[in-house]
Amino acid sequence: MDAIIENLPRFVDAFLVTVRLLVVSGVGALIIGTIIAALRISPVPALRGFATVYTEVLRNTPLTLVLFFCAFVLPQIGTRLDYTVAATIGLTLYTSPFVAEAVRSGVNGVPVGQAEAARAIGLGFGQTLGLVIFPQAIRMVIPPLINVLIALTKNTSVAAGFAVFELVAVSRQVIQLNGNATVPILVAVAVFYLIITVPLGQAANYLERKVRVQR
Amino acid sequence: MSSVLYDVPGPKARRLSLILSIVGGLLIAAGLIAIFVYLSQPRVNAGGVAQPGIFDPSRWDILLDRALWRTVWRGLSATLQMAGVAAVLAIVIGILLSMARTARSGFVRIPATIVIEFFRGMPVLLMMLFILLVFSSGQFWAGVAALAVYNGAVIGEALRSGIASLPKGQRESGLALGFTPLQTRFSIEFPQAFRQMLPIIIAQLVVLLKDTSLAYILGYQELLNVVLKQGPTTFGPTYLFTLFFVVWAVYLAVNLTLSWIARLVARRTASGRGGGKSRRAARVIAQLGGAGMVGAGTTDAETGHEQSGH
Amino acid sequence: MRLTKRSLLIPAIAAIGVLGLAACTDSGAPTSEETAAVEETVEFEAGTTMARLNEAGAITIGTKFDQPLFGQVDASGEPQGFDVEIAKLIAAKLGIPADGITWTETVSANREPFIQSGEVDMVVATYTINDKRKEVISFAGPYYNAGQDILVLAGNPEGIEGPDDLAGKPVCTVAGSTSEANIKAYTDQVTSLGGYAECLPLLSSGQVVAVTTDNVILAGLAANSAGEFEVVGNPFTEEPYGIGVTLEDTEFRMFINDVLEEAFEDGSWAAAWEKTAGTELPLPDPPTVDRY
Repeated sequence: MDAIIENLPRFVDAFLVTVRLLVVSGVGALIIGTIIAALRISPVPALRGFATVYTEVLRNTPLTLVLFFCAFVLPQIGTRLDYTVAATIGLTLYTSPFVAEAVRSGVNGVPVGQAEAARAIGLGFGQTLGLVIFPQAIRMVIPPLINVLIALTKNTSVAAGFAVFELVAVSRQVIQLNGNATVPILVAVAVFYLIITVPLGQAANYLERKVRVQR
Repeated sequence: MSSVLYDVPGPKARRLSLILSIVGGLLIAAGLIAIFVYLSQPRVNAGGVAQPGIFDPSRWDILLDRALWRTVWRGLSATLQMAGVAAVLAIVIGILLSMARTARSGFVRIPATIVIEFFRGMPVLLMMLFILLVFSSGQFWAGVAALAVYNGAVIGEALRSGIASLPKGQRESGLALGFTPLQTRFSIEFPQAFRQMLPIIIAQLVVLLKDTSLAYILGYQELLNVVLKQGPTTFGPTYLFTLFFVVWAVYLAVNLTLSWIARLVARRTASGRGGGKSRRAARVIAQLGGAGMVGAGTTDAETGHEQSGH
Repeated sequence: MRLTKRSLLIPAIAAIGVLGLAACTDSGAPTSEETAAVEETVEFEAGTTMARLNEAGAITIGTKFDQPLFGQVDASGEPQGFDVEIAKLIAAKLGIPADGITWTETVSANREPFIQSGEVDMVVATYTINDKRKEVISFAGPYYNAGQDILVLAGNPEGIEGPDDLAGKPVCTVAGSTSEANIKAYTDQVTSLGGYAECLPLLSSGQVVAVTTDNVILAGLAANSAGEFEVVGNPFTEEPYGIGVTLEDTEFRMFINDVLEEAFEDGSWAAAWEKTAGTELPLPDPPTVDRY
């Protein structure tokens, strides 16, 4: 316990690093993911193809490999990136296809009848999307998106292997010099993660119940 | 869905779409060529010494070195070993957890729920470190146990959703026939839930395979460790990009194969059923789609809708 | 037979395969190995670690897998290097042959945790002896005296002659190592990574001006870099490399110290050096073992 208390400032700093990674990568992934989802359902075949390739490739690449690329291969190619920035970029790229899939499933989950009815009363493409489809799609998209964010929270731990001093990295440093306190330290770090993931999970459950529509 | 958002394109719209296609295609191709050219330039490092460009043959001759491929095979078999054992354990744990989660008795249900939520909320890497350092289990079993527990929790939730999405008539008819609740669960509900959830389970196994690469932090000699981290020392630092490319290609090949199998299974199971059940299952899959970054989940939502005919 | 695409496909693949195989090289072909003489009949006091290991005929040793000259793997995955040779020497004196050794990769940050949890029986991994570490584990040796030095681009464009020239400049080293702790006294722009090989792209691109660690490790990195880097050659610390064992195991520690002193005398230490690090560096004088 003493090891935790005397190192508490380091843990809190590391927690803030984790939160920062989560927030920045999350926002970036949401933006890129939505764009990719839009490309996926667009009528232009080249853009559809590009989005499909992007999604398939990134979904099937391990996160460690993506982070390795951003942190170690890019410098060899000529970039100069701070490690936290590199990790943020890696996490954003990795999470974006999952956001895209969640958004796409939301849009596809709106019953076809809605779009048909919108067309039937003469709404154009933009109006159909904006007034009828998206409001309903957003309700369906939020629970899976929150799950994606929970997964992103846990994925920030992988940055520990790539010179980012987030929670897991700092815990390893502290364990190195306080080997008898391994269990309390790891439990403390787990609690820090749970502080983020449990409320998010509860929010997801709550929203899932609220948006469940009887069909 | 997309086809009902706008009218069938007339000649002008078709032309516009064609133009956009071509322009889009050209932009993407131009981007790729620009990247290619940039990478091929010899790198002048900060001290003024020139290194060959990324696509220079001197960086790629390692591909002909049989020792590299033996090393790749060594890493890949270590990865597959860990993934295989963890997958089997994960399915077993998933079945047990889903049963515990839906048990009648609160004594079983509540601790199971807490355990599941706890393990789903913890990073896999943290679990690996915990098991390794606290139980001194050795690197292989630390990785396997962490992967099995985490993915078991996710699979358990998938199975539970699968059972919940079954028509109540299944369970009722089982009970009416005289089966005990446990027997009903085992012989009637589970097989159906399993078959329905098979695509999502296989997709979770793809996630499991990707997560084996985390074991390199424990020092386990899996693919990324052996080829990418040790490779530059064993074969030479100029080969970093090449080695990265090789490892990436191997992971893509293995994972795409698994995902393809998942889609094949999804198509088989969805096509044999009526619209209602697969649509319900598809919606459940969509909800779980983000959980643990499950791969094929939302693709099945799309398939499900296509099957249900629109 | 029509020349369809499919009927050409298989011969085409076969042709490429044959050409590929013909062009293949093999840098991992096994070479012959002379091993240290294994003690056949050796008796240890009952209850000691030595007795336990000797009876089991097996030992788990932690070493580095990506440290040129000291702890690296060859293309077939076999560990080699000076640390590996010293470890084999000790194992031989325990009556354990080379194939009874299980090699575990211990990166810098894992060395203490693995010893404490019993994951490995001992660690021989360019492990610098220092007092902070002595609080959690104990060291036998030293078996070699290195010194922290600086790696720069060939031609030394920044003109770095010693650690004082690094003030205010970005430097790369490995997390959890003594080099990291030492260099923080000279500059605060320290990037700490998982392995030295990861620092090299940063040095190449100018993101850092120097990589710092023990001079022998740097010599290996420079040798592997085909002339891109050079070592400044001005070691500014004394880095004794020791063998890590559990904190309370004094008997094991003393046993290893005895083995080391014997190896210093009878030439096997020098032979181990010549076989590995000696290809790049001159043979130093053997250090004095510290029995504390």
